[in-house]
Amino acid sequence: MKVLAISGSLRRESHNTALLRAAAARTPAGVELELWDGLKAVPPYDEDDDPSSERTAAETAPAAVTALRSAIAGADAVLFSTPEYNHSVPGALKNALDWVSRPVATSPLRNKPVAVVGASTGIFGAVWAQAELRKVLGSLGARVLDRELPVGQAATRVAAGGDFTDGEVLAQLDGVVEELVMAVDARRESAAAAGGVRAAA
Amino acid sequence: MSTSTIAAPAGAWQLDKVHSSVAFQVPYLAGAFNGSFREFDGTLDLADERAAVTGTARVASVDVKDDNLSAHLQSPDFFDAEGYPELSFSSDRIALDGESVRVDGEITIKGVTRAIEATGAAHGPVANLQGNDSLRLQLTTTVDRTDFGVSWNAELPGGGKALSDEVTILAELYFVKEA
Repeated sequence: MKVLAISGSLRRESHNTALLRAAAARTPAGVELELWDGLKAVPPYDEDDDPSSERTAAETAPAAVTALRSAIAGADAVLFSTPEYNHSVPGALKNALDWVSRPVATSPLRNKPVAVVGASTGIFGAVWAQAELRKVLGSLGARVLDRELPVGQAATRVAAGGDFTDGEVLAQLDGVVEELVMAVDARRESAAAAGGVRAAA
Repeated sequence: MSTSTIAAPAGAWQLDKVHSSVAFQVPYLAGAFNGSFREFDGTLDLADERAAVTGTARVASVDVKDDNLSAHLQSPDFFDAEGYPELSFSSDRIALDGESVRVDGEITIKGVTRAIEATGAAHGPVANLQGNDSLRLQLTTTVDRTDFGVSWNAELPGGGKALSDEVTILAELYFVKEA
């Protein structure tokens, strides 16, 4: 099973990217977590550049967008970690989702199990950004886990190299990944059952 | 309500899908979202003392006047077409009083089954142009969509919610009894 991990922070020493790195190092057997690092290359969404729009002559999407779409399509689930800018989702992350969401009927995030975690240096752990990101993901048709992981005061929970060492954070992170894996399994079972019904009909 | 069974020939009746519809209406702000399902099916079985009606609708065939809304309705925020491809209804408790009809049955949406009461009118039987009996049931019921886990909503800036929890379901079912 493959989980794509997308950090909403571009900063080299980002706590959110570190959180996903920690998840990647701790995945259960049979689960591979791949960190996606192409966010900075995604250009601002412009319908004139979006070949899925009927109002443009653009024939191909920007390469970074195509790469993101295929990375999501190739994964069974996506784990997001978001910082909070002005009580909301960072523009770069929202922008990437705006690209991927169109057209909504064929977005690779449609029906995809997704989970959201987040870290901040303040005490609230990007909890509002996580809620907003879950709302956005739901509106574009993803199968959004109804849980959050607000990692507050992140700077105090990492070791000198920036890796998360806080046992409580790591245990909660394990719980999120475990639930995401269960959502993928449930989706597969549901698809198998539906296929069985069709085959029997 | 004095009741009786439908006075029409016994046996299995076929749903005429061209002249039938399964639709819903949800209050939204000061207006309403109206939608319907393009693909649905139904049965009506009549016996001396008993009438049974069943119906299914395919979630993926939901028809609203906006492609993005249609896609959103099929997502886990609403019906979850992938996980729960069909809505279904069944009843063997149909009571008539003149042309008024009351149907007590079970509706299943998003895997959750609840008892509902639908009311409306029954017309016929009337012989169609081929000489086959035809019968029309117009049924309406109201459900609380959150009972079925269809819970999406949005807070309005001035308070309150954008979308009503109460959904009216309107089924117009036209059955034909082939000789």
